[in-house]
Amino acid sequence: MIVDRLDQPPADLEQRTGWSVKPEGACRGEVCVPLPAPFDTAELATRLRMALVHDEQHGLWALGPESGGHTLTSAELPEIVLPDRNGRDFELRSLRGTKVIMVAWASW
Amino acid sequence: MTVALDTGGAEAAGPWIDRAKATHPSLIDSAHVLDELLGVVNVPSGVWIDEHGTIVRPPEPAFPWRPRQPSEELLAQLPPIAAEQLREAQKIKIEPERYLDALHDWVKHGAGSRYALSPDEVIIRSGGRDIRDSQAAASFELAQHLQRSGDPGDAARWFKEAHRLQPDNWTYKRQAWSLADPLQGPTDTYESDWLTEVRKLGPENYYPPVRL
Repeated sequence: MIVDRLDQPPADLEQRTGWSVKPEGACRGEVCVPLPAPFDTAELATRLRMALVHDEQHGLWALGPESGGHTLTSAELPEIVLPDRNGRDFELRSLRGTKVIMVAWASW
Repeated sequence: MTVALDTGGAEAAGPWIDRAKATHPSLIDSAHVLDELLGVVNVPSGVWIDEHGTIVRPPEPAFPWRPRQPSEELLAQLPPIAAEQLREAQKIKIEPERYLDALHDWVKHGAGSRYALSPDEVIIRSGGRDIRDSQAAASFELAQHLQRSGDPGDAARWFKEAHRLQPDNWTYKRQAWSLADPLQGPTDTYESDWLTEVRKLGPENYYPPVRL
């Protein structure tokens, strides 16, 4: 997640990580990790073991995924919405009810 | 369904989708979200998802068939670097027959298929993610952001950082190399290139064996 300020939660935090910031802290499901006030993305990164990389020249930070465990923390497919060739969003959830093989490829 | 991992978005992947005339959902992941969410580190990678939205096999090499061997006549018409790459690619070990047999078995038997993994096994097979992997993902995202913002020079700096932090992630490398040279040959931007790296690793080790 690209962020240009650290004093507020990244807008797409929940969509990308499943974690959301609530009064009780960073929460995912029934688990909440307390966060100090005022909010600081660097604290969030430290407590959730996410890398926070800084590009000083451009005034940008990037927050990486959680570390210290497995790449997948659950076998449930995360909520993923991606555009098709014409820019129309497609929710993978819409394929529920059928078996799916998802093949990742690239033009390169 | 297919997902193109392409920083170049529809401009890069769209013509291939058009040419394939695919009737299945054909999506484009210009932010490489699947890399981060599911741990895709090379292509082609297949993920099996059951009717309930549960992953029953995490990303693994997924060739639908054995690519045709290019003729010497065809190779002679290609740029020398592309011909060399294709010759080396012939040595890459893939197992499309076993993979397709397993896929058909799952389609027929569902959860009863021995190839459908338990949720715990899916998580274990997804591999570990340490702080360097997280730093690599963040660096790669910064690189993509700068690339899209029209700053390929600074983007390359962060692409290289992602390569240094997670050297076995071919998606990070191939995406970056292709932005400097569509053929992923040697450039002044990067210290290495696809052919050099594959030869260093050994083409037989390019894809991990599929554990069926």
